[in-house]
Amino acid sequence: MKTESNLEKVLSAGHLAVTSECGPPRGASAQTVVDKAKYLEGVVDAVNITDNQTAMVRMSSFAGSVLVKQQGMDPLLQMVTRDRNRLAMQADILGAYALGIDTMLCLSGDHTKFGDHAMAANVHDIDSIQLIQMVKGMRDEGTFQGGAEIKGVIPKMFIGAAANPFADPFELRVMRLAKKIAAGADFIQTQCIFNVEKFERWMEGVRKMGLHEKCYIMAGITPMKSVGAAKYMKNRVPGMDVPQELVDRMASVAKEDQPEEGIKICLETIERLKGVEGVAGFHIMAIDWEEKVEEIVKRAGLYPRPQV
Amino acid sequence: MITAERKPLEEILAYIKPFKRILLLGCNECVTVCAAGGRKEVGVLASGIQMSMLKNGTSIEIREHTLERQCDPEYVEELLPMIDSADAVLSMACGCGVQQLATRFKDKPVFPAVNTKFMGGSDRHGVWTERCQGCGDCLLGLTGGICPIAKCAKQLMNGPCGGSARGVCEIGEDVDCAWHLIWERLKALDLTEQYLEIMPAKDWRPGGGSGPRKIIREDLAE
Repeated sequence: MKTESNLEKVLSAGHLAVTSECGPPRGASAQTVVDKAKYLEGVVDAVNITDNQTAMVRMSSFAGSVLVKQQGMDPLLQMVTRDRNRLAMQADILGAYALGIDTMLCLSGDHTKFGDHAMAANVHDIDSIQLIQMVKGMRDEGTFQGGAEIKGVIPKMFIGAAANPFADPFELRVMRLAKKIAAGADFIQTQCIFNVEKFERWMEGVRKMGLHEKCYIMAGITPMKSVGAAKYMKNRVPGMDVPQELVDRMASVAKEDQPEEGIKICLETIERLKGVEGVAGFHIMAIDWEEKVEEIVKRAGLYPRPQV
Repeated sequence: MITAERKPLEEILAYIKPFKRILLLGCNECVTVCAAGGRKEVGVLASGIQMSMLKNGTSIEIREHTLERQCDPEYVEELLPMIDSADAVLSMACGCGVQQLATRFKDKPVFPAVNTKFMGGSDRHGVWTERCQGCGDCLLGLTGGICPIAKCAKQLMNGPCGGSARGVCEIGEDVDCAWHLIWERLKALDLTEQYLEIMPAKDWRPGGGSGPRKIIREDLAE
């Protein structure tokens, strides 16, 4: 074991791990974070706390993680390289670890263009792969990115990264994963999978390079609430691949039955992916639908969560 | 080249409003090539200013001149015979030229007539694109001759983000994904293995941030 992370314990014991996410509010209410997180208590192995997602200002991932930790749950600190330079990020990693946060996800972040501060500078002092390297260096070498030694307690983070099998160029996507693993990624959470066939093709490439044996790959799952949500993700969200047949299927049922149809699709996807060699768990991103995660986890046969 | 675009006429007029005699200076280098501040643009701007003044019932004396290179002290000396007869200088050179004039003629107001944009090249007639951000530590040898710092919206050094689709960047249909271009080049050069090398965190110091950067060539400097 590299860390004390609950997620690492679950994965290394060979269980299919389950994570979900909690987006902090656009305000300073601690209660909002607690209320959202409570939906996930006992249902997942770690709760991703997003970091200014879609480049909109929100309560910090760090503060959200601490609030979730105070509830006795396991936060997964997301960190994007868009907003802060390497000094600020390392300072947060030290602070987060000091407050009991031991699992994180290294991302580059959505471009500021998509958010409410399009006029802000995109920092990108380092990229997501260099962030992975930096966190690993802090943990395994006990050094800061600049080379100096970390004094006293060394932050031992279980290091996550993202992968999008649906972005182009497709042929590069397995190599990009290899690069993240070489940089030090311990686990991966993928982009939402709707095009299962394409994901399976990507996993074939992953297995060919033996990458599933070097890193835990968690499949990203998102339940669609309505045909509108399906169309929005298909047409408007960069990097998403929603096949037309899924949009048609959502449209084929009455409006009031669409949420259940969306859940069914998501359960079928989980079931099919359970059979894919190298899938180590599921990352359920129920956007503004956190209350459904428990039902999904239970109906998918992923409940109760293992105590390790 | 250094590219530039002319400022709106209203902004230029506001700068020169207090003055009676203006020296309007073009530059024969980059701004001529990108059609922003060469001899021709000097003429067009002078007429624009005069017409606008005429409409408002005022007048101004404009002397037009274009230097070979405004960023070069040697050529700036050419202005000595004419600088005294001007109340202010309006420069159509890039920011380097404007500052050269302001440094040389310490008591003369100098105003920019263009916005300096970027180091770039011409894609086709009338279209210029940024190519270099002057990071001071060129990595084009590792990226197939395409710069991820200048061309990737996130300055990613190790490959395309998840927003790359059909060769286009997520920020807009008119923006190529830099890493898609790099990947195509690496394939064409049979260098795809090179992609697996992790590019470490960049040392940004050669790119500036510690006052103006300077090059001193001992063999040339007096």
